[in-house]
Amino acid sequence: MTPPPPTRRPATTPGGQASPGSVPGPPSGGPEAPDHPSLRGRGGGRAGDRVFLGLSRGAGILLLIVIAAIAGFLLYRGINAIKVDQGNFLTTAGWDPNGLKPVFGVAALVVGTVLSSIVAMVIAVPVGVGVALFISHYAPRRLAQLLGWVVDLLAAVPSVVYGLWGTLFLVPKMMGIHTWLGSYLGWVPVFNQSQPGAYPRTLFTAGVVLAIMVLPIITAMSREVFLQTPRAHEEAALALGATRWEMIRTAVLPFGRPGVISGSMLALGRALGETMAVAMVISQGFNVTLHLLDPGTSTTIAANIANGFGEASRPVGVDALIASGLVLFVITLIVNGIARWIVARRKEFAGSAA
Amino acid sequence: MAKRIDVDNLDAYYGKTKAVSGISMTVEPRSVTAFIGPSGCGKSTFLRTLNRMHEVIPGARVDGRVLLDDEDLYAPQVDPVAVRRTVGMVFQRPNPFPTMSVYENVAAGLKLNGVRKADLDDVVEKSLRGANLWEEVKGRLKKPGAGLSGGQQQRLCIARAIAVEPAVLLMDEPCSALDPISTLAIEDLMGSLKERFTIVIVTHNMQQAARVSDRTAFFNLEGPGRPGTLIEMDATEKIFSNPGVKDTEDYISGRFG
Repeated sequence: MTPPPPTRRPATTPGGQASPGSVPGPPSGGPEAPDHPSLRGRGGGRAGDRVFLGLSRGAGILLLIVIAAIAGFLLYRGINAIKVDQGNFLTTAGWDPNGLKPVFGVAALVVGTVLSSIVAMVIAVPVGVGVALFISHYAPRRLAQLLGWVVDLLAAVPSVVYGLWGTLFLVPKMMGIHTWLGSYLGWVPVFNQSQPGAYPRTLFTAGVVLAIMVLPIITAMSREVFLQTPRAHEEAALALGATRWEMIRTAVLPFGRPGVISGSMLALGRALGETMAVAMVISQGFNVTLHLLDPGTSTTIAANIANGFGEASRPVGVDALIASGLVLFVITLIVNGIARWIVARRKEFAGSAA
Repeated sequence: MAKRIDVDNLDAYYGKTKAVSGISMTVEPRSVTAFIGPSGCGKSTFLRTLNRMHEVIPGARVDGRVLLDDEDLYAPQVDPVAVRRTVGMVFQRPNPFPTMSVYENVAAGLKLNGVRKADLDDVVEKSLRGANLWEEVKGRLKKPGAGLSGGQQQRLCIARAIAVEPAVLLMDEPCSALDPISTLAIEDLMGSLKERFTIVIVTHNMQQAARVSDRTAFFNLEGPGRPGTLIEMDATEKIFSNPGVKDTEDYISGRFG
């Protein structure tokens, strides 16, 4: 590829004026500036710089405009809904915005959203990091490549397909583990089953589906940082008499920590906002409950929007859903803020992994 | 406890390529032994066979025997992890763990060996004193190890290596990334360390070999494209004044390499 021919300007004569708007390439120089053609550059050769600066700056500004537009839309429509809400929008557990006396609140939705995402993260982070370590430090090269490819494939499956698989295949299979958790760990509040034997369209099952969906994000990010661990640090650990696992603990994991956290937070963002798969798997209800194993008690913000949008009254019913979307937006912002804070907290120690 | 090393007819390979051929030598305890020779002659490779770090590289392997006080490091029942706890190593570039403080860096090997937390403080101080670093870092033990100067980092790595009380300390060009003053500090350190450890150092700097070592081994390639081998090994004074082989004389007088 040849660069576009620069518009050559004639060598500027002393006193020759630059056309308005054009940035003079070479310094214009005083009247008695000696003529050094070699220092004058290519005249208009900086055009590429200016075009690229404009494009990249424009892209940045566009992004800010889009985010501001979304936030503004959510705020405006959301406030409209909250104004007519007969209950307390933040503390009411229930969703009935379509009647003449709209009563709705996000309490149950927020709890359901956060709980299902926590389940997903508790499962996906250790498994994802484990898979990443296996790919980067244990598996023979061919197997590692194959596995990496399969994990990337997992990321390419549309969420509605996960939803189908979850609701038709996984839900019946989750019966056993629900019964087991309920009977052996029932004394832990989250595993308390108030309706043992109920069909497991629960927050817990939704969390498992979410875990599978976010696994590739965590694995891909972790694998990349683990592979970048400097050989010198690995050898330093080995030379101290570290076993392979001790080497990973002393050299690889601390080095990869910021990457694992970033990957996990991206994954958490996706888990919080995932709509279709959860809507298809869960049996929804609007109670504030910590009981992961009870169906029909809870749902998530995103799933509720998907389920409720079709029969929502206009404008209040729709605005109420938009208001819940605003809450989801804020939760995601908080999660991202926390992630940045965690990564920045030990910046002094981050070394080259910053 | 410093130990003697006896190497018997050792070959080292990277995959199918033979990098080092037929080396036999004895390294005396409580002394400094220097390996010199032109680049690519297998000194570093050979050094890494002495604590089984060579085989960390995929496809790398070793034939022959390395005896550490009569115990063969390559015997089938020997655990390479245990070998590396007995034979410590300092690398060419200072490589403190970037996520750890000065203190944690020195304690890293101790923690692997299960030293109790209560005893750590003493050992860390003793090791930093042993590496002539204590006075410079005692006020900043909680600061990142990677924040020290290059020379301090290398002494930190030496402290980390001697904290686990190895019998042998291998040093792979430990000063090649350092300025002359830091180099001098580490050369001084070697003089005191050899009272407790067997020290083997690879160096490209012949003045350094002459200054710090008791015995010197000269390595060279058998020929172009051929593996490296040991040409001769003798008391350092003899190697530098009256070597037995003409290649050695040519190398140390700067005629090649």
